[in-house]
Amino acid sequence: MTTLTLSNLSVGYYGRLVLRDVGLDVRAGEVVALVGPNGAGKSTLVRAVSGVTPISRGMIRLDGADVLRLRTSERARLIAVVPQATHLPEAFTVAEIVMMGRTPHLPLWGGEGRRDCAVAWDAMRRTSVEALAERRVDELSGGERQRAVIARALAQEPRVLLLDEPTAHLDLKHQVAVLELVRSLAHAHGLAVLATLHDLNHAALYADRVALLAGGELRAVGAPADVLTATHLSAAYDLSVSVIPHPTYGTPLVLPDGRG
Amino acid sequence: MSSPHPLTPSPVQEVRERERGDDLQQTPLDARLASVPEEVFRPRPMARALFGLCLAALLFAVLLGVSVGAVSIPVTTVAHLLLARLSPFPATLNYPEMFSTILFDIRLPRVALMGLTGAALSAAGATYQGLFRNPLADPYLVGVASGAGLGATIIISMGLPVTGLGLMAVPVGAFLGGVLTVGLVVMMAQVGRTTPVTTLLLAGVAVGSFATAITTFWMLRSPDGMRRAFSWLLGGYAGGGWQPVWIVLPYLAVGLIVLQLNTRALNVLQLDEEQARQLGLNVNRLKLILVGAATLMTAAAVSFGGLIGFVGLVVPHALRMLGGPDYRRLIPLSALGGAAFLILADLIARTMFAPQELPVGVITALTGAPFFILLLRRLKRSVF
Repeated sequence: MTTLTLSNLSVGYYGRLVLRDVGLDVRAGEVVALVGPNGAGKSTLVRAVSGVTPISRGMIRLDGADVLRLRTSERARLIAVVPQATHLPEAFTVAEIVMMGRTPHLPLWGGEGRRDCAVAWDAMRRTSVEALAERRVDELSGGERQRAVIARALAQEPRVLLLDEPTAHLDLKHQVAVLELVRSLAHAHGLAVLATLHDLNHAALYADRVALLAGGELRAVGAPADVLTATHLSAAYDLSVSVIPHPTYGTPLVLPDGRG
Repeated sequence: MSSPHPLTPSPVQEVRERERGDDLQQTPLDARLASVPEEVFRPRPMARALFGLCLAALLFAVLLGVSVGAVSIPVTTVAHLLLARLSPFPATLNYPEMFSTILFDIRLPRVALMGLTGAALSAAGATYQGLFRNPLADPYLVGVASGAGLGATIIISMGLPVTGLGLMAVPVGAFLGGVLTVGLVVMMAQVGRTTPVTTLLLAGVAVGSFATAITTFWMLRSPDGMRRAFSWLLGGYAGGGWQPVWIVLPYLAVGLIVLQLNTRALNVLQLDEEQARQLGLNVNRLKLILVGAATLMTAAAVSFGGLIGFVGLVVPHALRMLGGPDYRRLIPLSALGGAAFLILADLIARTMFAPQELPVGVITALTGAPFFILLLRRLKRSVF
């Protein structure tokens, strides 16, 4: 079973360590939510795994192979990233953007073949953007853009999917749609999914496991009920919180103790 | 240690998900292949129509360019002469010898050189617009123009004879000046093993300004050469028959081939560099290849034609607005369109105030101004 393993991962910028000795597993078929306060290092972790940010110490392995030793195109065939707030050039259509996801599979010369078209179309159907195929990306709503970018990531036929704040700037309806999509990609299609989420209640509802990152260190990893506790969260967020069971689902429901 | 997922889907959701899952999981790939609407991924019909249009425009420009002039040669005569020259059979023609001379020794090489120059500048301009992700970029941004200008001015001031090898001295000086300057700019712009576009731009401006300053100083030092250098800087046809054409052609051909091979990557680069890297592109290598190919083409074009402006800016920009942002079509379209544009501009330059010839750079600048005013009005209407 495909597993992404991070061991003793440390990442630093300009002499300062942003991530310290992080160890984490993400297995095929599960959604791991990475949560924590701003500046905890969540985006840094995603960028380190995708090869954009160099690491200072540690290993990132996919099924035993060192991810960072791979060529960029090989890595892109295994790991796909849905970044936060993606910039998309306005004049391209959704179909053209999704087809860019085939880049790591295409030779230097020559165009896209029938299989590439099929994979791209598949990806668009899974994310329900096939009806938008010929629309320009600057005409899309935030939710539609996000799904188009997820389709692009799926077109890479990856084994691991990394999402950085996939629900940022989306309204509630679209947040739920994206989260359900992400969950189905792991459960129904067998991807190993790591998603950074700012909303703890979303993490509780949609993730199989939660990793709490604060100050560059992993404070807790495990089932939502074990990680999203008042003790852990107060320490991580420096805020007094109450955690109660969700009335319908029984998952942890995090309520900040605000007014006082 | 995973607990069963607490979020049980509603019955409706369950059925939907099962249908979708079945549909995509159990159907074999071949069956799915049959249902893919491939036309969604094919080039837009507008771009294809545009190819025909640009080819027609080029043909029109060439025919007009060779037939119009101080001695006007009818188009039918041109066609006859061309066919006769190209056919393996000897033909007897009743046209005056003068027509043949003018066509083959004077007009055709001029049109050919202007066409190659326009194609090179336009394709290079499109490339820079893609590299900098800015539709206002032109091929002169990274310093090739200022460097070529400096090279040419130094050679001109040396006062070499204008015949034989001396004729080649200015273009060689310009070419070397352009290429060396860009090489210096790229070296200055390196950060570790990457070449960020921001440092590339700044270094280009810095070195370019310096080269221009030295050029002006040099020109002032030798007032005789100044007139000639100034004329060269404005851009235009400097004679030379077929020789310049055979020299520029390989640079254009190689440059265009290299660029075309990298157009799909150039499309992906339009996202941003981080996304391009995450999609598997070797972004640094790509940038260096693009700058290299575009610089060679521009330096070759500029070395004989001087600093003709606006072709590399206006033509790709207009074609992008008409044909879409896909560089796989935009590069060849820019080459065709640029060739037609410059041939026509040169035609106007030499006939408008006949027998005096204007520098072609003046005509291209005259088209640039209304183009940008149009853009400005469009922008105002759409945004404000």
